[in-house]
Formats: sequence, C-alpha cells, structure tokens
Amino acid sequence: MSHDTVHSPVGGSLWTRPVRILLVFVALGAIMTVWRFAAGLGAVSNLNDGYPWGVWIAFDVVTGTALGCGGYAVALLVYILNKGEYHPLVRPAILTSLLGYGLAVLAVTIDLGRPWSLWKVPVFFWRWTGSPQLEVALCVAAYVAVLLVELSPAFFEKWSQSPDTGLGRFAEKGLRFVTRWQVWIIALGLLLPTMHQSSLGTMMLLTGPKLDPLWFTPWLPFLFLVNCVIIGYGVVVLEGHLASSAFGRPRETEMLGRLARVVMWVAWFFFAFRLIDVGLRGQLGRVFADLRGFAFLVEMLLLAGGALIFTSETRRRDPGQQFLGGMVLITAGVVYRFNVYLVGFAPGDEWSYFPAVPELLITFGIVALEVVLYVAAVTVFPILAGPREEPARA
Amino acid sequence: MNPGRRRALRVLAGTGAATAAAASPVAASRASGVVPPEAVGMLYDTTRCIGCKACVSACLRANDLEPDRSPDGLYQAPLGLNSRTKNVIKLYKDEQQTSYVKMQCMHCVDPACASACMLGSLHKDETTGIVSYDPSYCVGCRYCQMACPFEVTKFEFDKAVPKIVKCELCRHRVQDATFTQTDSGFSRYPRGHGPACCEVCPREAVIYGKRSELLAEAKRRLDANPDAYVPKVYGETEAGGTQVLYLSHVDFEKLGLPDYGDQGIPHVAYAVQEGIYKGFIAPVALYTALGLVMLRNRKKEDGPDAADSGKGVAP
Repeated sequence: MSHDTVHSPVGGSLWTRPVRILLVFVALGAIMTVWRFAAGLGAVSNLNDGYPWGVWIAFDVVTGTALGCGGYAVALLVYILNKGEYHPLVRPAILTSLLGYGLAVLAVTIDLGRPWSLWKVPVFFWRWTGSPQLEVALCVAAYVAVLLVELSPAFFEKWSQSPDTGLGRFAEKGLRFVTRWQVWIIALGLLLPTMHQSSLGTMMLLTGPKLDPLWFTPWLPFLFLVNCVIIGYGVVVLEGHLASSAFGRPRETEMLGRLARVVMWVAWFFFAFRLIDVGLRGQLGRVFADLRGFAFLVEMLLLAGGALIFTSETRRRDPGQQFLGGMVLITAGVVYRFNVYLVGFAPGDEWSYFPAVPELLITFGIVALEVVLYVAAVTVFPILAGPREEPARA
Repeated sequence: MNPGRRRALRVLAGTGAATAAAASPVAASRASGVVPPEAVGMLYDTTRCIGCKACVSACLRANDLEPDRSPDGLYQAPLGLNSRTKNVIKLYKDEQQTSYVKMQCMHCVDPACASACMLGSLHKDETTGIVSYDPSYCVGCRYCQMACPFEVTKFEFDKAVPKIVKCELCRHRVQDATFTQTDSGFSRYPRGHGPACCEVCPREAVIYGKRSELLAEAKRRLDANPDAYVPKVYGETEAGGTQVLYLSHVDFEKLGLPDYGDQGIPHVAYAVQEGIYKGFIAPVALYTALGLVMLRNRKKEDGPDAADSGKGVAP
C-alpha cells in the first residue's frame, strides 16, 4: 500500500567531490551577481533595449519553472488519474519542482532592474493591472509556498523522531495539519501551475507582431501547458534513473515504462497540434525561410524523435532508452520555450543578442546551486523512496 | 450533507479571500481602447521637416537628459532612441526618395507597455491619454520593452539604479496648460506649456494639440495636397490608433512605421486572458473539481475491498 511508501534519507557525506566542483560554479555565479548589482545589468550581460530578456528569463525562469513541472505532472497522475502505483515518484518530483521554482525566483531577482520594489507587487493590490506577468508572479509565489507545504512531511518526519523537543512537537502538529488538509493543498498545487504555466504563454502574446508567426498563436497558453506536462514527465523519468544509479535506489523501470507511454501520446498530440496550427495560419512556408524556421524544425524534430523512442514497447521497457527518450523530450520542450521567448522574438534587424560570459556564469551558478540543494536534501531528509541502504560512495 | 462535501465547502470559504485577491488583476480593466475625450497628441509632417534636430536638443533640455555623445564623444549624435534620448530625427534615403522621420513615443490608444506593466508604473491617463512613467512602482522587469511594437521604451542598462526612459509628451510642462481657441478652430497653448519639440520646430513640422483637431488638420492637408502625400494618416487606426499622427510622402513602412493592422497590440493577449479568467469562475471551478475528484479517489481507496489497491493520497 502506498500509504506505506517508505521514504528514507540517502545519508553519507555531503562534502563530496562533485559537490565541491558544483560549489565552485555557485561561487563564480555569486561573484558575478555582486558585480551585476554594483554596476548594473549592462556590465555583466548583453541584454539591450531590443532584447531586454535573455537567458536569465528564457532559461532560468521559463525553463526552470517548466523543469519544475515534475511535481505537477506526477501529482496529476497520482491524485487525479488515481494511479497510486506512481506514488514513490511524488516526493522527489516535488523537491525538484520546489528547487526549480525557488531558483527561478532567484533568477528573476537578479534579472529585475529594480528588485527592491518587488515587495510592492503582492502588497499594493489596488494597483494591480491585468498584466499576464502579474498573474504569473503572484501564482509562482503562491506555488512556491504550496510546494513547501507539500514537501513539509519530509521535514516533519525527520524532526518528529525527537518527540520531546519543541521542534518534535511542532513537527507532529504540522504532520497532522498537512494530512488533514492534503486534498485541498494538493488541489492548489495543481491549480496554480495550470494557471501560471498557461499564463507564461499568454505573456508572449503581448509582444504581438514582434513574435515570429511560427510561434505567435492564440493557443500559446494551451501549448505552454501541454509542453509543461511533457517536460514534467521527462524530468520524472530522468530523476527516477538518476536517483537509482547515483544513490543505489531500486530501479523503477517497469513504472517508468508505463509512464513513457503516457508521455508519448502527449508528445504526439503536441506535435500534431503545432503542425496543424502553423499550417492553418499559412505559415508552414516559413519553415525553410530563415534561421527562425530552422529553429522551428529543430524543435519539431526533437519532439518527434523523443516521441518515436517511446512509441516502441520494447524501447519503453529498456532503461537506457527510457533515459534517452526522457532527455530528448526535455530538450524538445526546453527548445520550444527558448524559441518562444528568445529565438522567435524579432525586435528588428538592428538588434542582436548572445549571452555574455558573466551572464552565463550566473545561469550556471544557479543550475549548480539547484543540483547541490537537491543532493543535500535527499541526503539529509527522507525524500527518495526505498529503505535505507549503506551510504552510496559518490 | 456528507462530510466530504462539507469539508469542501469549508476549504472553499477559507480560500475565498485568496481567490478574491487573485481575481482582482483580471477585474481591473485596462485602457478600453477608446480615444480619451481630451486626448492630446502631435502631428508630424515629413514634407515640412528639414532635419535640423532642434527638437532633439530641446527635448534634452526639457527633460534634463544628458547628451548622448557615444558615437565619437564630441557630438550629441544618438543613432536612435535610447536611455538618454526620448526623441530623435532619422533619415530615410534611397535612389528616388529622401525623408526625415521623427521618433518618440506614439502614445498608443491601447498601449501594450501599460498592459504589460504589473503595478501600472506605465499608465495611460484617462483624460489626456498621455502614457506616463512612474518609477516608484517599477520593478525593472522590462516587459514593457518586450511589448512595445515601436521599440520606444528604453532602459538604463548602464546604471545600478535604473529606470525606464520614454517620451511622456512633456507632461510636466503640459500640465494644467490653459489653451485658447484661435480663428482657425485650433487650440493654441502658451509658450512653455507644450512639448518642447513642438515649440522649437522652425517649420511647424511637428505640432501639438488635441488629437481630434490634429486629425482634422491632417485630413485637411491630405485633401488640399493629395499628390504630396501617401494617402493615409498613420496613427488614425494603426495598432488600434496612436495619439501621435504622421503624414508622409514616403511609404510609412520605410520610415519604421509598419502596418500593424487596426487592432491594439494587446488585443489577442487580453481576449485570451479574459476568456480564461472571466469572473474567476474557471479557476474556482477547476479547484473544486480537482479537490472533489481526489476526495472520491480516497473514498474508493478507503472502501473495504480496495484496501490493498496500492492507491493513496498520502503526500
């Protein structure tokens, strides 16, 4: 019974070699961030008036929140479609989501020109406009809080092992609260991503004529939602494999294979929908017109490739193919978002953008921080499913 | 009433406040896309402009901007609008035609920048229609730059405490301006009360006034001299209409004034957004449905014969 899904910490040392290497990147990113706040955005980035949004938004925020969709995708499967057998995937997926979103918020703070005014956004509600970005901002903030609550049993379980301390008593109360209200907490955890993931698509509708017609469609919000589900499942497949190989947890090949079947159908649906939408708007001729057409082609071929891998039953059951398929689908999904926010954005020929080195270092630093936090969390807290084994030598 | 349903209602009541709060951004309406009653604006006529750039200098003085000497360090010679230049004169030239063109904020009737702005730092005045900027609520997200179809909003990338920079139609001068009616039916404003660029123009290539009067004047010029112009007043309907109007002897497209159709730029985004969030009914319905499905799943699970189904909602 999945009520009894056992979670246990990985244990072992945190101060491993990979972690030390990652921390170097975190430090580099931190130094660049200090520089950015001292000297302004132009000093560290190639952002300009034509391309005001670069990799920080297109990758760290838009893609980071998409990678954070693992929790959404699995929760949808487990709680709404009632596939309880996937329950062991929930906690790690929620952790990934929390990290993805938390660091997206960090990236936004670095990207914002005037972050000291950010607190005004939730507070001055009488000034709220109908901006799609406001919807995203409020929803993401709320969702980070919901994810924390969703993950809190992992912390509470650990702390409640020392029942006589204040922390222990707090943990027990917390556990009771979360258990009691879990249905409505999880429902909120499903509603909020549905809202802001689609709004991430709506946001680019406001750029109107500046977004290439290969990507500009009133269906953008819907496409972003489906895209988020594809990436979300891809993340879960990857995570299942990484967790088992890096931390010696039992492989979930069977379960991930069944999951791959679902993703395959969603991916083919997205593929067909995009093709029909672009075709109906008479834009298919643009595919071979320029570099943007090429980017569209890459995006579509990657998606078809990932879906093809999962179309064969034998490949779906093969751990190596699962990993490959998951990787390809995530890449396809990320490329789509990148295309909408960066490649397909056409402010005019006089503008160009390619990220500067310090700008990329900040992005690398954020990704590295995400990985370090993940490793730390699964090492210390009961997040991954399975009984405790001998600490893995990483 | 069964316990599950009662619980559902209780939670709904509890989240009511949050839901209502989340509903507000959609409830707050944007500029309606209708020209404001007292809309002011400018009319620029390429056939009159001699490219003297007096307006560019006047704009700097009126707005306390530092001259942009970036090309060679000697001249005030901006290549286009930038974070130190709210108004610029450009030159178009091919084998047959030559034309100057003045660039500044168009003060759209349905401004995409203001629709993008989360707390209304960019705001279209309900009366004058001037699109103004107030840095105190600006987080520096630059979504306005992403949205502006005319590439007007600029950002101080070189500053640690940056702001958005754009033409605000000299609203600090225009404020409370008293105007007089002239014989020709044209409103005239006393010196120092109109946009600086219009005041210094030696050829009246750019003039300031009420949008309705400027539009009438533009059409009068078109009628009087049909051979001199492309037969269109750019801004009458383009991109949902703008409050800065253009007359030209060269195709507008060549001057950097593309044909954006007659709908406001935010039109599609808002049609979609309002379709989804109208009255916040869809999100509330979805939330309720999600919760009820899970309650049903759990009940099935807790049933006597389903105890070992391996399905659960434990987090």
